[in-house]
Amino acid sequence: MSLLAVEDLAVARGGLRAVEGVSFVLEAGRALILRGPNGIGKTTLLRTVAGLQPPVAGRIIMDDDAVAYAAHADGLKHALGVAENLAFWARIFDGGSGDGGDGVGAVGRALAAMDLMALADRPAAALSAGQKRRLGLARLLVTGRPLWVLDEPTVSLDAASVARFGAAIRAHLAAGGSALMATHIDLGLAEARDLDLTPFRARPGRSHRPAGFNEAFA
Amino acid sequence: MLPLLRRDLTLATRAGGGFGLAVAFFLILCALVPFGVGPDSAALRPIAPGILWLGALLACLLSLDRIFALDHEDGSLDLLATAPIPLEGVVAVKALAHWLTTGLPLVAAAPLFGLLLQLPAAATPWLLASLVIGTPALSMLGAFGAAITVGLRRGGLLLSLLVLPLYVPTLIFGTEAIRRGLEGGSPATPLLFLGGISAAVVALVPFAAAAALRVNLR
Repeated sequence: MSLLAVEDLAVARGGLRAVEGVSFVLEAGRALILRGPNGIGKTTLLRTVAGLQPPVAGRIIMDDDAVAYAAHADGLKHALGVAENLAFWARIFDGGSGDGGDGVGAVGRALAAMDLMALADRPAAALSAGQKRRLGLARLLVTGRPLWVLDEPTVSLDAASVARFGAAIRAHLAAGGSALMATHIDLGLAEARDLDLTPFRARPGRSHRPAGFNEAFA
Repeated sequence: MLPLLRRDLTLATRAGGGFGLAVAFFLILCALVPFGVGPDSAALRPIAPGILWLGALLACLLSLDRIFALDHEDGSLDLLATAPIPLEGVVAVKALAHWLTTGLPLVAAAPLFGLLLQLPAAATPWLLASLVIGTPALSMLGAFGAAITVGLRRGGLLLSLLVLPLYVPTLIFGTEAIRRGLEGGSPATPLLFLGGISAAVVALVPFAAAAALRVNLR
């Protein structure tokens, strides 16, 4: 069963096409890692798949409400505690009871998975960059969504946390989920396939005219 | 959507949330006017309804840019856009939270501040009625302006320029209701207009603001 199918996709950043003609299928239990130099359009492609911007051309086929998106900003409120932040997202996505950090429920499991139990009551403002990142990734676990779309998930994580996150992804894949990510480091995932975007770089000379009126505003 | 409302209310009351700032600004404005125009009631009484409504308007304006800008900065807005709740619902809930933390305290404090401006006690019910009916439109129109300017740096001034002209009808009918109440006439007509404006704004703006947010998230 495929969770995500992308056909002949073209995405644009600031009105200019970044990559075009990208096609891939992501099966349940598999991960796809986007590779390519800076600026090729990995983030734009991920935002398009997450539904934050419309594709310029091509199709994205997946179920509604399948995507859990995690990017450079973790969406944390500094005035709230670690468990409070997570409980909020759990309630929004309705993936957990949001019962705080007492070890039961989706929030407790997510805190344990990312080794945040000891910090459950600490305000998010008092976390280090790596700890914030771990909390942002723990949010993925409480969404209950099958398709994780991850943009550089390992930024500011130490080696132990990267291993921990790798284990979380592996558990997610084993449970029938899948992951689409852009990362420059090796997470050691046997289930993962690489997709190099370099051959798909949009050639400026090939299509002068925008595909549609809206492309100018995309 | 209830968790989002609860989170916004919690954030407003925590450190740095800005709860009470609008009322304090309203108080200072109403306290400054007698210094400017002189304390005798003959000078203050005719302008009191206008000053009170202008004060409410400006106090409301103070916190408008927080509606979406903070969520945009920390990435929450991207995550809310991928959450199961519709963006229109997000807009409506955040405008409601803004009204509960800004508009409602202004309504509660207005009779007291009316005393500073020598507003006769007979006009207090009409002051309260016009503010209760009119301030929801201020928060909702403000949410629209905030959605348009969300990605801009230093968008606060632009937001004021965009939103203040939209406040004109509410201001006209709000002050007119109090003035008619003061003169013993029937304030029903301006109050009905005020209610009509608020109802139309509450019904239509969430869709417009959500569309503006979608464009700004790209």
